[in-house]
Amino acid sequence: MSDILLDVRKLITAFDTDSGLLRAVDQVSFSVKKRQTVGIVGESGCGKSVTAMSIVRLLPQPSGKILEGEILFKGNDLTKVDSKDMRRIRGNEIGVIFQEPMTALNPSHRIGKQLSECFLLHKNMSKKEAWQASLEMLHLVRIPAPEIRMSDYPHQLSGGMRQRIVIAMALACRPDLIIADEPTTALDVTVQAQILDLIKHQQEELGMSMILITHDLGVIAETCDEVVVMYGGRIVERAPVKTIFENPRHAYTKGLLHSMPHLDTPRKSMLPVIPGMVASLNQFVHGCRFCQRMKREGSVLRERPLYKEISPNHWVEACPQCVEGI
Amino acid sequence: MRRRNLTTMQPLLSVNQLKIHFPVLGGVFKKRIGSVKAVDDVSFSIAPGETLGLVGESGCGKSTLGKAIVRLYEPNAGSIHFQGHDISHASQSSIRPLRRDMQMIFQDPSESLNARHSVRSILEEPFIIHGIGNKEERRIWVNQLLDRVGLPANSADKYSFEFSGGQRQRIGIARAIALKPKLIICDEPVSALDVSVQSQVLNLLLELQQEMGLSYLFIAHDLAVVKHISDRVAVMYLGKIVELADADAIYQKPRHAYTKALLSAIPEPKPSVKKTRILLEGDVPSPINPPAGSAFGHRINHPLYEQTIGQTFPLREIEPNHFVAADPCCLSTEDYAKVSQTV
Repeated sequence: MSDILLDVRKLITAFDTDSGLLRAVDQVSFSVKKRQTVGIVGESGCGKSVTAMSIVRLLPQPSGKILEGEILFKGNDLTKVDSKDMRRIRGNEIGVIFQEPMTALNPSHRIGKQLSECFLLHKNMSKKEAWQASLEMLHLVRIPAPEIRMSDYPHQLSGGMRQRIVIAMALACRPDLIIADEPTTALDVTVQAQILDLIKHQQEELGMSMILITHDLGVIAETCDEVVVMYGGRIVERAPVKTIFENPRHAYTKGLLHSMPHLDTPRKSMLPVIPGMVASLNQFVHGCRFCQRMKREGSVLRERPLYKEISPNHWVEACPQCVEGI
Repeated sequence: MRRRNLTTMQPLLSVNQLKIHFPVLGGVFKKRIGSVKAVDDVSFSIAPGETLGLVGESGCGKSTLGKAIVRLYEPNAGSIHFQGHDISHASQSSIRPLRRDMQMIFQDPSESLNARHSVRSILEEPFIIHGIGNKEERRIWVNQLLDRVGLPANSADKYSFEFSGGQRQRIGIARAIALKPKLIICDEPVSALDVSVQSQVLNLLLELQQEMGLSYLFIAHDLAVVKHISDRVAVMYLGKIVELADADAIYQKPRHAYTKALLSAIPEPKPSVKKTRILLEGDVPSPINPPAGSAFGHRINHPLYEQTIGQTFPLREIEPNHFVAADPCCLSTEDYAKVSQTV
């Protein structure tokens, strides 16, 4: 039990909109062990980012709020922590890497100043010490000529370099958990490979856990220990990475895996597709949302399928239509 | 059988030693202080019914090349022949009739579709511009187009923002195929879409190609997608094509060091396979101030780089229909010896 760093239990996060309180995350439960990387996959609008932002309490305000559930981080329920303590935890104990580094960095401050801030705020360092520590961080994320880069502004750097700076900021206080929301989506494959390699390396070195949010199954396969597949704000399948790729049980997971062209798919052949698209938040049924997409009818749309463990560590949303032999 | 036809037929599009340079202005008087060689000495051709994939990192000039072909940019040197006509410096009015046969699909359909026009008026516009059909005929054609790209008939009276990303891309495709073109330049058409929607759109493009005998220039950075849809693939680095070959050949037996690095960087969705990855340092160098010698040799700090300064590396045929830049920094010793002999 003690090796569980983060335990999310029946989390419900909703947005207050004109059409009422809409649940973007609907009873999501998963856990992250120490030194483990958990990947969250799914299409846009399935609740991956909202789940992550609920953990660090960075939901869009005032509309987003956590309605129910617990987020136990080192045994401490983050949903009950006040915002001052949350600020201390964020950055210091949980680091966040956002998708678009340009929006995560302040364009009007030099890199050195932005990085030093983490140390000044969380580690009570003097300005000089913070500067030195920042320089070390830039070395760590393999930025060439870090002394010069310290006095650059974000716009003077390339996309890959900016993402390295954001990673440096997230790692600065040696957090226990890193949340990376699509950290490489905006980057080229070659730079993506560098960044993933860097994140993985640092994570192993510093002994951190990570939640990696992405829609790229290739990235998941290469970096994660466990995978959470989300659809319509719920977890439809959760298992160790090998199981997800070799023995997927839920129809949505299977569909995602098959619809992607691989390097060994016969060229110019028709790809298997998942018909239709994700319904919008206010149209979701209470029952199985993947059955809704597949235009199935009947009781599957009314009764919410159970989220259950079908073999050790392998959880599925057990809809009889979507999971064979349930 | 089909492959032979593709290479012996008269090409639909042929691009010869094309150069697109943009001026870099500087100083108080905004004088030209240099140029960005966005596309530098690029040659290739596309046969009827063929798909040529174009891959490379951002900033390598692949989108500029695509836009230059539909003449959104004026070439600085070289020529573009489309259906036998030299369009490299043709005026916009003389090019208009040819535009019917040459269309473009963009990455972000929400930006390329006018949000103030209904889908009907977006799809009717190509017919109106080219003076084809009367109102009634156009109405029928628009409905047929919607049906063809898999959108419900009532979409015609909606506006583009009422659709999801995948549906908007379908509208973009419907507009592109409206005039039954011969060539479509697809600039990252599926990069902004979700995995499951991406495969729907790729299937649609493949079906349309079969039905209408379309040729595609398919520009993308996702190598698995490019391989899936292309007959041949060209790899671009810093404004130049460094390797051009049949899609299977380029993925199974890449020759150029850059192609090898690109391929090794693709994350494979197979957790049990551990790949050996060629990790590249740094980013693509700036095209404003490119390295003086082998551009990729510079990036990987190749020991032979010094010797390549001032040289150019023309494409050589290393195997039938497999072309690679004759760059000593980027080829194996064997391969380099082979291509040096063919000079």
